[in-house]
Amino acid sequence: MHRFLLAVLRRDLTLAARRRGDWMIAQFFFVMVASLFPLGVGPEPDMLARIGPGVLWVAATLASLLSLSRLFADDHQDGSLEHMVLSPEPTVLLVLGKSIAHWLIYGIPVLLIAPVLGIQFNLSWDAILVLELSLLLGTPILSLLGGVGAALTLGLRGGGVLLTLLILPLYVPALIFGAGAVDGVMTGTGAEAHLSLLGAFMVLSLMISPWIAAAALRVSLE
Amino acid sequence: MKLYTFASPATFYHLAGKLIPWFAWSAGLLTLWGLYISFFLAPTDFQQSEAYRIIFIHVPAAWMSMFIYLVMAFWGAIGLAFNTRLSFMMARALAPTGAMFTFVALWTGALWGKPMWGAWWVWDARLTSELILLFLYVGIIALWAAIDDVKRGDRAGSLLTLIGAINVPIIYFSVIWWNTLHQGASISVTKAPSMAAIMLQGMLVMAVAAWFYTIAVALVRVRRIILERERHTEWAKAILEGDQ
Amino acid sequence: MEWASWSEFWDMAGYGLYVWGSFGVTALCVLIEVILLKRAGTDTLRRLKRMQQWEEQ
Repeated sequence: MHRFLLAVLRRDLTLAARRRGDWMIAQFFFVMVASLFPLGVGPEPDMLARIGPGVLWVAATLASLLSLSRLFADDHQDGSLEHMVLSPEPTVLLVLGKSIAHWLIYGIPVLLIAPVLGIQFNLSWDAILVLELSLLLGTPILSLLGGVGAALTLGLRGGGVLLTLLILPLYVPALIFGAGAVDGVMTGTGAEAHLSLLGAFMVLSLMISPWIAAAALRVSLE
Repeated sequence: MKLYTFASPATFYHLAGKLIPWFAWSAGLLTLWGLYISFFLAPTDFQQSEAYRIIFIHVPAAWMSMFIYLVMAFWGAIGLAFNTRLSFMMARALAPTGAMFTFVALWTGALWGKPMWGAWWVWDARLTSELILLFLYVGIIALWAAIDDVKRGDRAGSLLTLIGAINVPIIYFSVIWWNTLHQGASISVTKAPSMAAIMLQGMLVMAVAAWFYTIAVALVRVRRIILERERHTEWAKAILEGDQ
Repeated sequence: MEWASWSEFWDMAGYGLYVWGSFGVTALCVLIEVILLKRAGTDTLRRLKRMQQWEEQ
């Protein structure tokens, strides 16, 4: 069973390694959106530290959307997706594998870039540490929920924009708990409660969204 | 006659046609009664003066916006589980009215908030979740509009409604949580006026009126959808040829 | 009865803009929905009839 999962993972990572440009775009987008904010609101260090967690979290959610529209699209175009769904292996594992692969090529780079941006936003080291923790727990949620959106909008005209419209409202709890955790450590109320709620939301997404995404994928391919 | 026969589109088409005038007229009469209570029977509130009369429309609209969403999720789940075509059509017929009531709830909330809290908009838990509910409605309607294939559209929309239905309570509680942590920024919200019996009665009458209105409108819409999808069947052809 | 005169009724103790803004926009929304529904209904009927005539030929 998990051999199939590993096979899906390995396949997606190999494909991603061949097309480095594709997922680098999402990371550049993340950096750019975050860098535009100081230009828009002014360079005062205190204010930047105040808005930093929220800006970085919003930028991370937007960057996830950019790469999500490709999650199933390439395999759909060359027909391999249909074969994988029709194979005796469970579709849930296919979706889960693809979501994990998406997280590895989108989430891990975000985790690596975020501290640098945190310094730009004048965040303290404590805050940057919590930011990393919150992104570690939160970005998998974005990949999992995004899988549902990608499956629903598969092959539609303007699917990328529609995906944004469908999935952003579902990201709200992750955004609130994630940015709230960093805020909590900065204002001294502590981040534990936020992080545990974020973790709970991640577990819930992990349990529910692959099933819904698998159902959506079957619907879209019929 | 078994209940199952009502689930056949042909029977339901005729049944709905007979029911629509009843629901529409009841909705109209109940609205008049509700308006009479709202403006002539309900006394002036000593705290909020006359501005509180907005609740007679705001609260029922907010109730309906959430209730319609739940009903849509219910029909979607039934459709996915038992593969009944009619339940998908019901879900589709309800969505625009649900979105309309969500907009009304937001609009009246803003107009009530301005004189009471001094701001058109506060990032209060209820207003924020209502806004996100509107986004969900818009997303579902947009998804339906984007998918030409009827079967795929039905199922995809229902799946999205369901995942939204799981998410709405989480969003609501996360916004409450978020809001309590940002006390400094939020404006202290004046309590709702102490509920006199006549006020509750007015809100209930308006809520029932809104409910009947929703049923009437959804039935009209579902009849159109049925006719569109069944146009190759004999009974639908007879109807199309019948009234020229 | 709460109101001494019609002008007092429309004024709503100074909150007229808010109260009538709420009720008015709600009425407008309902009206627009009903009109759109009527129009969509006749459009669909006409379209389906045309399609049927076209198919029969």
